[in-house]
Amino acid sequence: MEAYIAQGMHGLAYGMVLFLVASGLTLVLGMMGVLNMAHVNFFMLSAYLGYQVVAWTGSFWLALLIAPLLTAGAGILMERFLLKKVHAFGPMAELILTMGVAFIISDGVKAVWGTQNLPLSPPGSLSVLVNIAGVQYPAYRLFLIGLAVAILLLMALVLYKTRLGMIVRAAVADAGMVDALGINVPLVFMTVFGAGTWMAGVAGVAIAPILTVSPGLAAQMGMDAFIVIIVGGFGSLGGAFLVAILCGLLSAFGVQFLPQYASVLLFVFMAVVLAIKPEGLFGEKES
Amino acid sequence: MLLEVSELNTYYGQSRALQNINFHVDEGEVVALLGRNGMGKSTTLKSIMGLLKPHSGQIRFNGRDIMGLNPYKVARAGIGYVPEERRIFPNLTVLDNLKMGIKGGKIDKSNPNAWTIERIFEHFPFMKERTHQKGGHLSGGEQQMLTIGRTLMGNPRLLMVDEPTEGLSPIMVKEVRNVLEQISKAGIAILLVEHNYKMAISIAHRVYLMGKAHIGYSGTAAELEADAETRKKYLEV
Ligand SMILES: Nc1ncnc2c1ncn2[C@@H]1O[C@H](COP(=O)(O)OP(=O)(O)O)[C@@H](O)[C@H]1O
Ligand SMILES: [Mg+2]
Repeated sequence: MEAYIAQGMHGLAYGMVLFLVASGLTLVLGMMGVLNMAHVNFFMLSAYLGYQVVAWTGSFWLALLIAPLLTAGAGILMERFLLKKVHAFGPMAELILTMGVAFIISDGVKAVWGTQNLPLSPPGSLSVLVNIAGVQYPAYRLFLIGLAVAILLLMALVLYKTRLGMIVRAAVADAGMVDALGINVPLVFMTVFGAGTWMAGVAGVAIAPILTVSPGLAAQMGMDAFIVIIVGGFGSLGGAFLVAILCGLLSAFGVQFLPQYASVLLFVFMAVVLAIKPEGLFGEKES
Repeated sequence: MLLEVSELNTYYGQSRALQNINFHVDEGEVVALLGRNGMGKSTTLKSIMGLLKPHSGQIRFNGRDIMGLNPYKVARAGIGYVPEERRIFPNLTVLDNLKMGIKGGKIDKSNPNAWTIERIFEHFPFMKERTHQKGGHLSGGEQQMLTIGRTLMGNPRLLMVDEPTEGLSPIMVKEVRNVLEQISKAGIAILLVEHNYKMAISIAHRVYLMGKAHIGYSGTAAELEADAETRKKYLEV
C-alpha cells in the first residue's frame, strides 16, 4: 500500500509539472496557431539558468524567482522579433523558425554548461522526509505539487475572472475576430507567450532537483508535453490538465508494474484515445 | 465623406481580387454593395478592416488614412465589422460575447449615446433570457443578432455587415432587416453586403454593383429599381 501511495504522489508531481509545461504550449497553439517547438527548450534553459543562479548566490528561492522571469523575457523577445517577422510567410515558416530557436537553445546550453548532468539541490528546509499516511515522502515533491496547484489556480483565476482571460479564451476560438473588435491582439499574443514560457520556466527550475539539469531535459519533457496537447485536444487547457495528470500516473505506475513496457505505455494511451476521438479528448472538431 | 475608398487593389497571391475599387459612404447613409458570388465583396470589407493587406490605393475614414492599419486600430477608429461567417465566440456566454465588443473594456459614461448591455437587450430581447448561455448554443439567426449586438457595443460610426441573412428563415431575414433599419435610424452609417436583393434595396439609400474584382455600377436605390437591365447584368444568376 505504501508503495502505491508513494508512486501515486510521484505521478501526481510529474503530472503537475507536465501540465505547467503543456499549458503554455497548448494556449499558444490554440491562439496563435503556432506549434512552438522551442517551448520545451525554454523549460530546459530555465533549469540551467536556475542552476547558475544557485551557483552564484546559493539560493534556490532566488533561482526559482529569477530564472523563469529571464526565460519569459527570452520568450517574449522571440515572439516580438522573430516569430512576428515570419508570420506573413505562413505556419510552415513559423514552425521552422521555432525549430531553429530550439536548436540554438539546445546547442547554446551545451556550449555554456557542457553536456554533463548538473545537480541542483532543493533548499535545506525541503530536503527532509515527511510522513503522510504512514509513508515517508520527500517534502520537496509535496512542495512541487503545491507550487503547481498554486500556479494552476492563479491561471484559472486570470482566465475565468478577468477581462484579459475572457479575451484569451475568445482569441483561442477566433483571434482575427478579437482583433477586429478593437482589441490589441498582438499585445495579447505577446502576453500569453510570455506567461507560457514563464510557466515552462518555473517547471524547469522546480523539477531540476528531481531530474538534475542536463541537455536531455528538453527531449524527455518534450515528448510527454506533445502527447498531452495532442491527446487533450489542441488549445484545451482542461484537456491538457486531465491528460497531464493521467500521463504522470501512467508513467509512475507503469514503471512499477510493467517496467519493460513503461516507455511505450504513453504511446499506447495516445494511440487508443486518437483511434476513438481523433480530435483529442477535448478538441473541437474541425468543420 | 465618412468612408472613402480610392483605387484600391488587393491580391490573393498572384491573383487580383480587387481592381481599382472606388466608392464612398457618407455619414448616416445605408450603402449596399451587391453582386454575384466571388466578385470581391467580402474581400473589399476585409481590405478596409485591415484583415487583408491591400497592395495599393487609399482608404480614408473620417478624414484619416486607415489603409494598412491593424484591424484593432481600424475598429478603434470607428468601423464595426460583422463578418459573413458570423464568428461569435462559441465558448463564451452571450454576455461575454457582448462584453468583448466594449472597447477598452469600459462603457464610456461621458457619451450619452454609448451602447450599453441594457440598450442591446431592448433591441434583442432574446439575449436577456440567455445571458449565461454559451454563444455556440444559439440558433443561426440568434448568432447573427449577437454578432451585430457585439459590434454595436463598440459604438461604431460605420457598420460593415457581410451577408447577414445568409441561411436564415424568412422571418429572421425580416428581423435582421428591421434591426439594421433601427441602427441606421440611430445615426450609424451602414455598408451592407447582401445576396437578398429585395432586403438590401428596402433599406439602402445608394447601391454599388460589383462585377469580377471591380465596381461596375453606382446609383441610388430608386435608380437601380428602375433599371432592370443593369440588375440582370450584375445580379441575376
Ligand atoms: N483566401 C483566399 N485565397 C485565395 N482566393 C480567395 C480567397 N478568398 C477569396 N478568394 C477569391 O477572391 C474572389 C473574391 O472573393 P470574395 O471577396 O469572397 O467574393 P464575394 O464576397 O463577392 O462572394 C473569389 O474569386 C474568391 O475565390
Ligand atoms: Mg462574400
